[in-house]
Parts: sequence; C-alpha cells; structure tokens
Amino acid sequence: MAEIAVQEASEKKNLTAIFDDLISPLKRNPFANKLWIRFLILICVAGLFAYGYQLMTGLGATAMRDYSSWGLYISNFVFLIAVSLVGSLVSAILKLSGQTWATPLTRFSEIIAVAAVSFAGLSIIVDMGRPDRVLNILLHGRFSSPIVWDIIVVNTYLAISLILLYLPLIPDIAILRDRYTEAPKWQRKLYKTLSLGWTGHDEQYKLLHKAIRMMMIIIMPVAFAIHTVTSWLFGVNNRTGWDSTIFGPYFVAGAFMVGAAAVIVLMYILRRTQKLDNYITLFHFDKMGKLLVLTSLVYLYFNINEYLVPGYKMKSLDTGHLLELFSGDESPLFYGVQIFGMIIPIILLIFKPMRAPLPLFFISIAVVIGAWLKRYLIVIPTLLNPTFPIQNVPENFHHYFPTAVELTITAGLTAGTLLVITLFLRIFPIVPMWEVAHEEGYENIEKKATEK
Amino acid sequence: MNTPIEKNKNPRRDFLKILGLAVGAAGTVGGASLLNSCTNETGEPGEKVKLLTQDGKLVEVDAKSMTLASDVENEELLTEYQKRGREGIPGKKWVMVIDLARCQNARKCMAACNSAHELRPEMHHINVLEMQNSEDTAPYYMPKPCYHCDNPPCTKVCPVNATFKRKDGIVLIDNERCIGCRFCIAACPYSARMFNWFAPDLTEEQKQRTYDIELNVPQKKGTITKCLFSADRLRVGKLPYCVSACPNGVYYFGDKNEDSVTNGTSGETVRFSDLIRDNAGYTMHEEFGTKPQVFYLPAKDRRVPFEQAKKQTENNENA
Repeated sequence: MAEIAVQEASEKKNLTAIFDDLISPLKRNPFANKLWIRFLILICVAGLFAYGYQLMTGLGATAMRDYSSWGLYISNFVFLIAVSLVGSLVSAILKLSGQTWATPLTRFSEIIAVAAVSFAGLSIIVDMGRPDRVLNILLHGRFSSPIVWDIIVVNTYLAISLILLYLPLIPDIAILRDRYTEAPKWQRKLYKTLSLGWTGHDEQYKLLHKAIRMMMIIIMPVAFAIHTVTSWLFGVNNRTGWDSTIFGPYFVAGAFMVGAAAVIVLMYILRRTQKLDNYITLFHFDKMGKLLVLTSLVYLYFNINEYLVPGYKMKSLDTGHLLELFSGDESPLFYGVQIFGMIIPIILLIFKPMRAPLPLFFISIAVVIGAWLKRYLIVIPTLLNPTFPIQNVPENFHHYFPTAVELTITAGLTAGTLLVITLFLRIFPIVPMWEVAHEEGYENIEKKATEK
Repeated sequence: MNTPIEKNKNPRRDFLKILGLAVGAAGTVGGASLLNSCTNETGEPGEKVKLLTQDGKLVEVDAKSMTLASDVENEELLTEYQKRGREGIPGKKWVMVIDLARCQNARKCMAACNSAHELRPEMHHINVLEMQNSEDTAPYYMPKPCYHCDNPPCTKVCPVNATFKRKDGIVLIDNERCIGCRFCIAACPYSARMFNWFAPDLTEEQKQRTYDIELNVPQKKGTITKCLFSADRLRVGKLPYCVSACPNGVYYFGDKNEDSVTNGTSGETVRFSDLIRDNAGYTMHEEFGTKPQVFYLPAKDRRVPFEQAKKQTENNENA
C-alpha cells in the first residue's frame, strides 16, 4: 500500500458521516446542475431534429458516399463500444483479481458502460438506410453475418451490465429508502420498489455476494466478445488496413485504454462537484493513472505491429492507404493521434506528479479525444482506398468530412450518453455506500441506520 | 360471418383480434408509418364505408381494413417476382467475358445500364475504368460490372439475406428487404455496389410499378443496388443491356454449363473454354478467393491505341 493511502485512510470514517457525505449530493441541486441538464436536453433535441431531416432526405444528408460508405456514425459506434468495456475492466477484472482499491469506482464504470453501450446501439440505428426495417434482422436474420453476432453480444452485454449495476445498488437503495426520507414522493416510491424489501440479513448478503461474483465472471467473456465482434465488422473484409488477424485484441486493448481514461475524467468531475475527496482519493487517481499507462502501452504495442509491419512490406494493395496515413492527407491526424493520444500521455504518466488529479484529468481528456479520432482513422481511410481506382464519380465521392447533420446527430448522441449518467447521479449515490462501510469495518449497517 | 352488425357479441374475441392485428402490424411494418412517408393508407381510422355483399346484404366496413383489388394483384405479382427471382433460371450458370483489347471507352454499356435500371447519373452498375498496372506497362480501359463471384463476400455479411446468390450464379439484391447497413459495400473488394443515398428521380407512375427483383426497379431510397447481369433480360432469352449496347464487340455472355458465350455486337457464338484458353483469359484479384464469374481477355493487339481512345472520349465529353 502506498503512503498516500495510509495517510488518508488513517482516520476511520464515522458511519453516519459516510451516509451523509454520499447521500448529500442527491439533496443538492445547484443551478449549474439544472443548467447542465437543460443544456444536454437542448442538444439531444437538436440531434433529433437533425435525424428527422436525415430521415426525410436520406443518408445523402451525410457526407458518406459509395466509397466512404461508413463514416462518423460507425466511428461513434466503435468508440462507444470501446468506452463501455471499462465496466468489465474495473468492476470485474480488477475486483476479481483482489484489487479492493477499485471498490468506490465500480459504479462509475458500470454506469459509463450502460450509457455508452445503449447509445452505441442507437448509433447503429442512426446509420441505417432503412431504420423502419430494423425488425427484418429478427424476421430474416442470417447467422453468417457478423452484424447478427454483434446484435446478440451487444444486447447480452447491456443486460449483464444492467444487472451488475443494479445488484450492488440494492443495499444502497435500501439505505436511501430508510435514510433519505425527504426525497420527492416518486423518488421514495422508486427506492421502495427497487430495494426489493432489503433488510440486510446475512442470508441476503450471502446471496448478493454470490450473485455479483457470478455476474462478474460472466461479463468477462461477453465483454471480450462485444469488442472482438465489433472489430470483425472490419476484420472480415478484404480491405487494406482491415485485413488483419490481430484486429480483435487490438480493439480490446484500445478499449481498455479509452475506458480507463473515461473513468478518470468522470472521477475528477464528480470528486469536484460532489465533494467526494474522502472517497475518491489521490491514491485512486495514482492507481488509475498507472492503469492508464499500462493499457496505453499495450495499445501502443498493437499500433506498432499494425502499422510498422505492413509499412515495411508495402504490398501494392496497401500502399495507397499506408502512404495516405504516413505522408498524405490523413498524416496530421495520424501522427496527432499517435503522439498526443498515446506517446506523450505515456511519457507524462510515468512521473508521479502527473498522476495527481488535475494533470491526470487533462491527460485523460487527450486520450479520450485521441481514441475517438483513432476510430475515425480506422474506418474512413480504408474505405477511400479501394482495390480499383475511384473514377467517373463526382468530386465529393473522393473525400469524406462529416456534414453539419452528422455532427449534430453525433452531438445529440454524446449529450444523450452524458444525460443518462447525469440523471443517474441525481437519484443514486455514485460511490457504493455499503461497500465503503463494510470496508471500514462496520457490520449490520442497516440495523445501525434504523437505530439512529 | 363476422359483419359489423353482429359486433360486440364476443368482446373478448374482438379484443384478441385487435391485439393480434396490432401485434402483427407492429411486427411487419415496425413503425414504418412513423418513419416512412410512402405508406398507402386508404382512409382515416374509424371511417366507415357501405358495401353490398354478393348475397345482397348492405354491410359497413372500416375503410382502413379494405384493400384495393389492384393492390391484391400487385401483391400477387410481387410474390411471383420474388419467388422466381430468388430461384433463378434452372440449369444455367451465367458467365461474362470482357475483351479488353477491344474496349475504346465508348461507354454505351454504362448509358444502357443506367437507363434500364433508372440510376442517378453518378451511379454505375458498370463502370469503365482507366487502368494502368504499373509505371512501365501500358494503360487500358476496363469495364467493371459486378463479378457475380462464386464465393461472394457480400452475401455472407448481409444480416437479413437481402442479397443472395442464385443457383444460376447471379448475385441479386432484394430492395424490399434491405435495411441499408452497407456492410456489403464494405465487404466487396471490387467496389461493385452502390447505395441510394437520396430518393431516386422517378415519376409517380414509375414508383407505382410492382418491384421486380431481377431488374431492381423501382430503386428505393436507403437501399443497395448493383449489377444484376440483367437477370430480367436473361429470363426472356436476351443478352444483358450492356452486352447488347456495346458497339465494339467487347462483351461475350453465355452459359458455362453449355460452354458457350455469344458476342453482344457480332452475335458470334464461341466456346467459352477455348476463348479463355486461347487468349490467356483471367479474373481480377483471384487472391481474394472470391472466384469471379466475369473473365477478362488481356489488352493486347488493341484495335484502337489507348491515347486515341482517350482523345475520342474527351472529344465526346466536350461535344
């Protein structure tokens, strides 16, 4: 254990103080928060209008054309799927490997996972030419298509993530039901229903721990599957840049990197706004910073393999695509992503002062933006470098740059993801109260709560 | 008989019927009325129409539940087209041979194809490309239709079986089923497929025609289209549109099972295997393992030099 942790955890927290600290953010509703929610709703509405326009005009409202036939929407889909993978990283892999420090972060990662994977699904609907026929996948689904596999694993992952979000919430909801009595009526009713009559009996805890553990084990193969299958949407095609056997692990590694960064960003914001300094400590930032270095190094290793080896061979079919990345139109973006989204963050994060909350927050934002642009670099340049030359088509078929419609819809989807997280935070505590209390050595927390 | 006069005799059954109708409608159209502006509604819900039955009774019918006789006919025709379109023409295995030595970039094939399939001008089921394999080799013109591969990557990735390979070798698209995910465009290494990014430029009359899967007409917004080997022409014993339109004898088309192909310009029929063997015929990028069914004859001993053909094309474009 690092010294910081010992220092900060040295004084034992009072049980009532724990509950007060973690419930009080639900009671406060500052003006800034109201403004933020309205702002997100406004952007969502703008996104809906843009989508309505796209439905009327057709996908021609986007910058996609016959060569760049996938664009920003598919990049967003891959990005959101990547972000959602953090749910399994923090709440399953870290917990099962005995990293108890991650306990206060499990709910962060699960709500990010649930919100991101839901909106990943919407990104696909937005990209469809005929969304009115979406049920055809059920009516005429053909199992040979990786899209069908993707739909199955994405929905499975969403279901398991929801369960893994909900199960550890139950004791907390019971605490809220008993202690947060000044909540609005509908909210009290919600707590009462969702707490499922939790009393904190030993047998209940036994069952809960067993169920959580089981879900943590189940979610891991599904988490790997969701991103591997997503990578196969590209990897199964005979296209330069996608025709790769390491696409599965390459995507999974990238997902762990961006997921860790996303959790850090949320940690920083909530620590500031919800005054969680005693729960999300410097120790957590330090640990998450180290985790981000580790995942970034793994991803960097895959990047070197993915670009250096084909670059060394320069096969005729790959040449156009690779030269576009290395020295052509896409090279500023390519080097920008590699340097600012990976290499510089790795170098900085090796030094301990850089793993303090504020520097780590900015580094993580750079990683998240870099990861998003990276998805764009994976999808579009490949499509614009087909086997045969692009000829006899209008000038705009040769390029791709998202239109205002695409950008507005993307903003709407992003705002929607953030809105889900924000609204969740209005109703539920972000740090698992019962787990913190148990780790502080309190038992029978429900009884004590009622005694008081 | 379940006429409206007898209604409310069995409210539970009525309810179940309504429920069944609602569920069924949701299943088939899936919110289409919300998203799709071209739904064919006969009247407002609740609007009643008086009709005389065959046995002389006057009945009132909900206008919404009525169907026009012509709609029923269209429905039957569509079912027939879809059935024969998915089965293909028995006993055939279609194949195309393109003689690159003869192509002068006249582009009559492209024009004939675009007009038959009612494509927007920027869409090309068949595209004549200017090719050069390396710096030291001579440039040439290469018409590029869909290769109707025997191991098609596009049909494998389709999640709804909207694109499929028939027994006679043709790869078709069902634009009544296509969901517009464009995975097939990504999967095709030959860029043979295109998408209706906008609504096609069609007259009201053109839109009303029954969809023929073998012609892929009328085109629909938000669906895929591509070369169909003119399956509708083959059904009536004619050569494809592009093959018949070529003035320079570039195209041979025929049946691999009969081992014979016919030149679309001269009408001359030759043995397919001889033609390929004697002229060193080949297919494009065999390394993909796609097994294309469109063969090329090399661009040697050209009728018209490339530069001259290029000049002609430019003159035609300027004129």
